[in-house]
Amino acid sequence: MTTHDVVVVGAGPAGMAAASTAARHGCTVCLVDDNGSCGGQIWRNYDGSVKAGHPRSFTDLSQSLQSGRVDFRTRTSVVAQPVPNILRVETAGAFEDIGYRKLILATGARERFLPFPGWTLPGVMGAGGLQAMVKAGLPIRGKRVLLAGTGPLLLAVAASLAKRGAQVLGIFEQAALATLAGFCMQLLQHPGKIREGVAYRTMTMAVPFRTSSWVVRAEGENSLQSVNVSINGSIRNFDCDFLGCAFHLVPNLELPRLLSCAIQNGFVCVNRLQETSTKDICCVGELTGVGGLEKALCEGEIAGLVCAGRPASHLYRKRNRYLRFAKQLEETFALRPQLAKLAEPETFVCRCEDVSRRTLEGLHSWREAKLHTRCGMGPCQGRICGAAAEFIFGWDSEQVRPPVLPARVSTLAGAVELDPR
Amino acid sequence: MPPSIPTQADSIAHFTVNGTPVSAERGTTVAAALMQAGIASHKSVSGQHRSALCAMGICMECCATVNGVQHVRTCQVLVEPGMEIVTR
Repeated sequence: MTTHDVVVVGAGPAGMAAASTAARHGCTVCLVDDNGSCGGQIWRNYDGSVKAGHPRSFTDLSQSLQSGRVDFRTRTSVVAQPVPNILRVETAGAFEDIGYRKLILATGARERFLPFPGWTLPGVMGAGGLQAMVKAGLPIRGKRVLLAGTGPLLLAVAASLAKRGAQVLGIFEQAALATLAGFCMQLLQHPGKIREGVAYRTMTMAVPFRTSSWVVRAEGENSLQSVNVSINGSIRNFDCDFLGCAFHLVPNLELPRLLSCAIQNGFVCVNRLQETSTKDICCVGELTGVGGLEKALCEGEIAGLVCAGRPASHLYRKRNRYLRFAKQLEETFALRPQLAKLAEPETFVCRCEDVSRRTLEGLHSWREAKLHTRCGMGPCQGRICGAAAEFIFGWDSEQVRPPVLPARVSTLAGAVELDPR
Repeated sequence: MPPSIPTQADSIAHFTVNGTPVSAERGTTVAAALMQAGIASHKSVSGQHRSALCAMGICMECCATVNGVQHVRTCQVLVEPGMEIVTR
């Protein structure tokens, strides 16, 4: 077993920045990710190469990862921590233990899904998921697409799909116009964000953008055929091929939970050095608050410096500005309570075990739901319905037990070989 | 030997889904190829047709049998010539 000065889990922008910074300051670094290449969700499919059109921050970071100081393991999943300071990972059908002196978690976020009638139909996807699918080869030219939910992701996805020839029929934002106007005023402190927003809206000028609007029902036989949308109180029906839903992102808390990091209001608590309540463990990026690319890069750099024993105080001001932006995002695009009522009694809340809302009504906790109904006990292990149940019923997910992902028996049973050093 | 120039044929992968020939561009994920072909990845425990929801390896809705291996997250796997995919 090898022990590294710093192990970073997650090779999105935050993890790449952390790994690259720590390596630049002399640490031996191991970076692990369960995807096939670096970049995370936001820089998906850039395959680590330097090409025209890739953002500068991405090419700079991926070059520094190739400098030889970072041991980058792709398709490698962390499944457990058998003893403190040792992670057990699974890769290519085998397991391995990786030791760390400092650990930086940068596991990012996933989309939150909310159940509504018809949400299980093929063709209904997360907005980010639909974009990822298109980047992964799904032809979208000429397809009729509806985007509904909340937040800047709707605009970004609309722009990206429209550019590839999709017929985007509408963008439906649940937030009220007045709230959005207030947000735009606050954006004056973040000129970069304004430029980004204007660019997206310019690309989607022909697409209707409606506020105080949300999806109420999706219909179709064995796949999506049409969607009902509530627009300022009246229902309209749209025939379409795809519906992309965006109800915010939720951080991937499985690993921080497993490692007993304190969590508050759905995010990992960190001090200004990005340190968590657990010794030797830092958290960066969306795990500490959904704030996007710049916040992730900045926090990653801070954690990289801290783990290398270097000062990082020159970055605090910048980071705090991004944290304020994250707060503004959260307040502006807070989900309205009506959305918790979209699921009807027969609507499945848990898609893995097909558990309907009716079955869950009257229960008191996530644990009770799991024990009595198998909600959250299927293959996704509550990763989808957990965030939905949290919003609908107010249930908090509980402590995570190993393995974090389905793992082989040999991985679970293998003895830990301690580093002789 | 001079380097070969990729042709149209090289850029398309031919494979089977439930025994039926299907093709997709190389570099496409199996989940995207299934969706393009209008084939659900699997059926839910109560028999509903299901396809990828998250496309990032979390929801497990895109799982299918690939080359004999069950429960493969097809959004994480690229199509390859000769691949045998079975959906249930």
